[in-house]
Amino acid sequence: MDKILLRDVCFIYGKGTPFEKCALDHVNLSIKSGRITGIIGHTGSGKSTMMMLLNGLAKPTSGSVLIDGYDIQSRPQDVMQEWLLKEPYAGMRRSAAKRAIKQEIERRRRQLCFRVGLVMQYPEYQLFEETVYKDIAYGPSNMGLSKEEIRDRVLSAMRQSGLSEKLCEVSPFDLSGGQKRRVAIAGVIAMRPEVLVLDEPAAGLDPQGREQIFGEIRDYQRETGSTVILVSHSMEDMAQYCDDLAVMAHSKMILQGTREEVFAQTDLLETVDLDIPQITKLIQKLRQRGLNLPANIYTVDGAVAALRQLYAQTETGGREE
Amino acid sequence: MKSVVFGQYYPADSFIHRMDPRAKVILSVLFIVCTFLCRNAVSFFLMTAAALCLVLLSRIPVHLVLRSIRPLILILIFTSLINVFMTKGEMLLTPSWNIPLPWGKTWSIRIYAEGLWNAAFMILRIFILLIGTSIFLSFTTTPIAMTDALEQLFSPLKKIKIPVHDIAMMTTIALRFIPTLLEETEKIMNAQKARGADFISGGLIKRAKALLPVLIPLLISAFNRAYELATAMECRCYNGGEGRTRLKVLQLRFSDVLAILFLIAFVVGIFFLNRLGLIYTMK
Ligand SMILES: Nc1ncnc2c1ncn2[C@@H]1O[C@H](COP(=O)(O)OP(=O)(O)O)[C@@H](O)[C@H]1O
Ligand SMILES: [Mg+2]
Repeated sequence: MDKILLRDVCFIYGKGTPFEKCALDHVNLSIKSGRITGIIGHTGSGKSTMMMLLNGLAKPTSGSVLIDGYDIQSRPQDVMQEWLLKEPYAGMRRSAAKRAIKQEIERRRRQLCFRVGLVMQYPEYQLFEETVYKDIAYGPSNMGLSKEEIRDRVLSAMRQSGLSEKLCEVSPFDLSGGQKRRVAIAGVIAMRPEVLVLDEPAAGLDPQGREQIFGEIRDYQRETGSTVILVSHSMEDMAQYCDDLAVMAHSKMILQGTREEVFAQTDLLETVDLDIPQITKLIQKLRQRGLNLPANIYTVDGAVAALRQLYAQTETGGREE
Repeated sequence: MKSVVFGQYYPADSFIHRMDPRAKVILSVLFIVCTFLCRNAVSFFLMTAAALCLVLLSRIPVHLVLRSIRPLILILIFTSLINVFMTKGEMLLTPSWNIPLPWGKTWSIRIYAEGLWNAAFMILRIFILLIGTSIFLSFTTTPIAMTDALEQLFSPLKKIKIPVHDIAMMTTIALRFIPTLLEETEKIMNAQKARGADFISGGLIKRAKALLPVLIPLLISAFNRAYELATAMECRCYNGGEGRTRLKVLQLRFSDVLAILFLIAFVVGIFFLNRLGLIYTMK
């Protein structure tokens, strides 16, 4: 079942100005429910722009975005005339009806943001409250939940994003970079969205921090069964943590499918200067030389285990001869 | 490019774009002088032609130039009405219309030919002035190039202890960071909207409060940026304008000088044209 579907979506920045820039060029994408989908592409290929379309922060210039099969609300100017003729707006004064329609559209947009939680690129800059607890509670309180419910959500979000409960009363500005990043992620997780979108969640972190954050995201997905979309330009990370992959280049979607399907297309990936992980390449070379290894190896640990197994097999096989 | 440029600057490759910004400042001053010297129909005709030539030379789409004038339409209408009704002259065009006012007096409307002429000239003057200066200063010159030019043109003022360099540096930095701040504001607003922030509903106080989650991070990052910039400048031993050299040295080329000379000739020409009492001369 497609959780999210992008149909022939275009997005143009600064339309009608000398700085016009097409960031998405007739993009089609389907995101499967309950899986981790990775979006890969070089910087400037349009990944962040695409993510802003998913929760209604930006509207496509043309094409449509469907969530659970429903087209998410289009621009106010598009629906205004249509809605003005419909109940309950038809009976109102025109100006009041227009205001009411605008508010209804805004309400739907916010509702959509609660369903599709977006953690933007470098999300630390969104922190503003005095304490970590209050900052994470910002999203849930915008949803109008009760105090107890908010508390419950904040604490579980902190656990899921690897923050200790001791940090509740600390100012978010006193935290380290990695911890700030986690607070920002927790602030979105606390809204319990059906879809969690993370735009380069590990950008600028050290290798250990990267691994931890990705590990936590994977655990979160396994625990909640929600749909997760990860954006990155690092093939190595994507290979390790994603079930499905979509590859973008120059504002276009060039390839999508399961991880195995995508990595089978080494040549196509190389034409857009993307590389499959080194270790997977090595295993592919070994397979070409006739070694009996599985094709879906994306980590050094996985490679070591597979080679050990192969070694053990040949050992025992050799003895039997 | 996108982040360094804002305002009306329109990127294109034209003779005027390539000119030295100092020359452009001087040219626009001369141009202003020119428009104020104009007094008769022939000189106005020449000025209008000159303004049109400028637009064509700068390769800026005409509709963009006209759009920049749109906000001034009210002022244009107002000045022309005043001119039409208030100018006294010799050639009366209307019979004396007397309109009784509610408080007893009568108002007699008298429109003279001179009034119409004056109104037309005023409109043309404002039009030409705006087109000329905006082509030279805002459409073809980035704000930063502009500050550079002004710093050098005003550098003689250093002799009387006016900190020209420091003012220019501050202006440049402020200009440089306006687009950055705008971009950042948008990013933070989007991030908070993604967490369900509502900036449009409720009364004034509620909406002002809703902006706090945007303003606080914005201020914090602006201060951080300022500290970082200060440190970076200090690391490069910045200590004011003394003995500073430039990466991009402004060079007054032969064509710039030629353009200035040409405009000076134009000013002189207009001055003498006014002497000839052609058709109608404005007082
Ligand atoms: N606010 C904006 N205004 C104009 N152009 C933009 C803006 N944001 C991004 N772009 C342009 O759109 C393209 C895609 O950007 P983005 O979606 O951020 O790519 P990615 O996230 O893959 O690095 C880039 O060429 C970028 O310069
Ligand atoms: Mg991005």
